[in-house]
Amino acid sequence: MDEIKELYQQIILDHNKNPKNYGVLSSYNRSSEGYNPLCGDKIQIYLNVENGNIKKISFEASGCAISKASASVMTEMLAGKSITEAKDLFKKFQKIVTTDSSAEIDFSKSGKLAVFAGVRDFPTRIKCAVLGWHTLIAAIEQKEEPVTTE
Amino acid sequence: MALSAGEVSVPIEIIDKKTYLNVDEVRKDFPLLQQTVYGKPLIYLDNAATTQKPDVVIRAIDKYYRQENANIHRGVYFLSEHATDMYENSRKIVKNFLNAASRKEIVFVRGATEGINLVANSFGKPNMTEGDEIIISHMEHHSNIVPWQLLCQETGAKLRVIPINDRGELIAEEFSKLLSNKTKLVSIVYISNSLGTINAVEKIIELSHALNIPVLIDGAQAVQHLKVDVQSLDCDFFVFSGHKIFGPTGIGVLYAKESILENMPPYQGGGDMIRSVKLEKTIFEDIPHKFEAGTPNIAGVVGLGMALNYMMGFKIEDIIDHENRLLEYATNVLSAIDGLRIIGNAKNKAGVISFLIEGIHPHDIGTIVDREGIAIRTGHHCTQPVMARFNVPATCRASFALYNKKEDFDSLAEALKKVKKVFS
Repeated sequence: MDEIKELYQQIILDHNKNPKNYGVLSSYNRSSEGYNPLCGDKIQIYLNVENGNIKKISFEASGCAISKASASVMTEMLAGKSITEAKDLFKKFQKIVTTDSSAEIDFSKSGKLAVFAGVRDFPTRIKCAVLGWHTLIAAIEQKEEPVTTE
Repeated sequence: MALSAGEVSVPIEIIDKKTYLNVDEVRKDFPLLQQTVYGKPLIYLDNAATTQKPDVVIRAIDKYYRQENANIHRGVYFLSEHATDMYENSRKIVKNFLNAASRKEIVFVRGATEGINLVANSFGKPNMTEGDEIIISHMEHHSNIVPWQLLCQETGAKLRVIPINDRGELIAEEFSKLLSNKTKLVSIVYISNSLGTINAVEKIIELSHALNIPVLIDGAQAVQHLKVDVQSLDCDFFVFSGHKIFGPTGIGVLYAKESILENMPPYQGGGDMIRSVKLEKTIFEDIPHKFEAGTPNIAGVVGLGMALNYMMGFKIEDIIDHENRLLEYATNVLSAIDGLRIIGNAKNKAGVISFLIEGIHPHDIGTIVDREGIAIRTGHHCTQPVMARFNVPATCRASFALYNKKEDFDSLAEALKKVKKVFS
């Protein structure tokens, strides 16, 4: 059960139970829908972007604890950040959840994202963890089609 | 190793009828079940997706490739004749297994999916035009939805759907209302892979035949749990997959009544399905070979024959009795878990239990029980319309076979309690 505890850390469970920035923004200028056909996870990201900065961000999701918590932590970290910073964090996050189990992860400037390190021991769950982030990138780039993780 | 005629064993071994189902003995037949995962004994509860293979099937395939491999039909040498005999002997085994009237009615395909696609193409397409209707049900696997949608797109025919009630049973009155002189085919699943419902296919066939409408039965989940007799069912088409009945993947069966099969054009063209080919015109082989273009999955057919022999080594009543007891036990054990809800509560149900736990996503449940050595499936089970009907994105599904035992469900219940603890 150790790896399970590593995966379902308290912070993840808390964000799953009480997600931050949950719901539709009263005013937003970008949004995108993400879908994981494997498990039916769905996520909607709403953004208020001004001058290359994320002024406000929120999400709605129906999905597993990992995808929900990941999106919640993401919104918490990105409010007020620039789009460039958001993309950098996405890269950091991808590294964290995909680095080989035996290798060291560079957690510098990763903040809360570190709690998702346990995901790398569960290859089938990586898609859950990155769904929110992929959807965010799509919203930033304003893709019309729903994003999938397939 | 050299092989001479005298050394060739009877292709299919005769297995003694077991007088009762001794699960501990049965489990010894399945090498894969003996292993541990994450240091825990494997508990395999994903039999609706695929079943494990008994040693006799693995050995039959191994032996085929080591000693018996040759292309079938037309070879004049020893090995080719032998391989042809084994291939055709398997057809005979399938015929006996389904109690078909003739070997000609047995077509080897890749699986139930290809069987349905074959019928859609070779029976559906020539017989359907705009305004015609095909009836399926709300609990079909995607493999019994999509081929008909494609056919409808091409011909202008319409798909009509029998609704299901909250227990996950077909609503019989609604079926009667859908039947009309526009109906050209009824295609129905025997046992639902996501709800476990055993449909009253006899009644569906009877009602359809009263209007001369042919019926296809998707038996992918049925053959390993029930006695199937296509003559007594009187279905026109019946499909199943080998890997769901202890055989290899990539091989399955389409049964079709001889009179219908005779009038169907080929599905694919190529070698082995022809009598003579001239550049101007080709004369096709007789059924069933007309529908088996190209070198078939010979090893798969050999393995399937052995798997069906293995299955027929049991008394089907013993399997049904064992699985019914197991279903009752599992239902009770799982229902006792606070917050657990079973989706699919048909009165007539087979060994499939779909369930949800309040507040915990199936995917999280699947991951945690996996680390306890338990393989269950989570997701939509290729039945998205069923998920939509019950307004859930996904379910957990524990499905069992003749080698599962009560203790498997005790372990699952324990693991589910751990899941609840993680999320408490």
